[in-house]
Amino acid sequence: MKNNEEKYRVKVGLAEMLKGGVIMDVTNADQAKIAEDAGAVAVMALERVPADIRVEGGVARMAGLEKIQEIQKTVQIPVMAKCRIGHIAEARILQALEVDFIDESEVLTPADDENHVNKHLFDVPFVCGCRNLGEALRRIGEGAALIRTKGEAGSGDIVEGVRHMRAVQRGIRTLGILDQHELMAHAKEIQAPFELICWVAEHGRLPVPNFAAGGIATPADAALVMELGAETVFVGSGIFKATDPEPRAKAIVQAVTHWQDPGKLLEISKGLGEAMSGLDSGKLTTEEMLSRRGW
Amino acid sequence: MVGSGVIGVLALQGAFEAHREVFRRLGVASVPIRTPQELEAVDALVLPGGESSAMLRLMEPQGLLDRIGKKIQGGLPVLATCAGVILLAVEVTPHQKSLGVLDVDIQRNAYGRQVFSSIEPLIFNPAFDGTVTTKGVFIRAPRLTRVGEGVEILAWRKEDPVLVRASGILAATFHPELGQGSGLHEFFLKHMDRPV
Repeated sequence: MKNNEEKYRVKVGLAEMLKGGVIMDVTNADQAKIAEDAGAVAVMALERVPADIRVEGGVARMAGLEKIQEIQKTVQIPVMAKCRIGHIAEARILQALEVDFIDESEVLTPADDENHVNKHLFDVPFVCGCRNLGEALRRIGEGAALIRTKGEAGSGDIVEGVRHMRAVQRGIRTLGILDQHELMAHAKEIQAPFELICWVAEHGRLPVPNFAAGGIATPADAALVMELGAETVFVGSGIFKATDPEPRAKAIVQAVTHWQDPGKLLEISKGLGEAMSGLDSGKLTTEEMLSRRGW
Repeated sequence: MVGSGVIGVLALQGAFEAHREVFRRLGVASVPIRTPQELEAVDALVLPGGESSAMLRLMEPQGLLDRIGKKIQGGLPVLATCAGVILLAVEVTPHQKSLGVLDVDIQRNAYGRQVFSSIEPLIFNPAFDGTVTTKGVFIRAPRLTRVGEGVEILAWRKEDPVLVRASGILAATFHPELGQGSGLHEFFLKHMDRPV
């Protein structure tokens, strides 16, 4: 059996391989094939994209297992799937199905309004969302091998994604200027494990890769969050809710690699058709904001 | 030796920063390579792990794959890991475009999905003079299904060849950049400037 330290290194290792590549939400095998052909580095198998979850309402659960299997059979790239926050049994089922990554996601209706899954107890790696450094470090403390900022899923509005990425980066920079003797009080203030606070203060980064998600609808949106410190992006509704998904998927893949090259971004951003229409996330009520889920 | 020239690390997607960090620990500078123009300036190249299909899509629009192939045929030393080896192979299963500059066939994700990724002991060829880590990090790893006559096997995982070299190419199906040592990178810097 793998020991725990090696098990965790292998989990974070897969997250390392995903850097600079786009993870795309897909709801069937055809979309998964389009995503892979466009250069996606992984797909997230879902029952409904977040934009549709918002419109249709109801309880959003783990995707149908036959659907996930069909997607697994169709593509060679890693297949991720979402479980509800705190839904240990959905996570166990997804692990038994051999998905490559589980997203314990605020996009689905939470199963536990106090606890997240203890992710150290699983062989499959987990990714979790966060809005700030404290939340990121709580999830890493529970065993998440990859962090993504939440943004506001299904909105097509990048403002929350920007807010969350800036908050995480500012949190990391703040630790860099604190005195050693101030770290415990800061750990208490942001409600994060002390050992992880010390690690981040010493290294100036998260101990796992840090991706962005939520509201990315254009190549420029992707380039923006990369500029703010994301190591790659998850794109949900932004691709398959656009008028022309295929060129948009390809363009976002190119934008994440070439985000520092404005000339290339200009070329990439032409001729893509209409982006998803989207919602102004400033007009959503607290109850409507998916990013407020998770504790 | 390679270490005195400019080391380029293909930085389209994947674990390119992890490779650059190993070189940094060895006191060697490296540059990220995203375009054919950037490739022209390098004296050695690292092809990192990641998803080979995604890398192919990122190379296609700018003709970067063919350019890399020509440079390797012209003697550019290469360290390839995991997906990087897939790019160099002759035949890839399931079929996808590859350079065919390393005489091996390879199967993607041959050990299964991520739950079967693991850190495994390596067995080294006694003739191999490099001091390298004794364990290999295998992430959704490919398997070499054929190794050509001119290709020297330097290490195995049980019966599977996992580290090979031919001419200026050093290729590992595991991830030395995620291991705890830097032996394989040092070996590359010391030995890979001349054909074997």
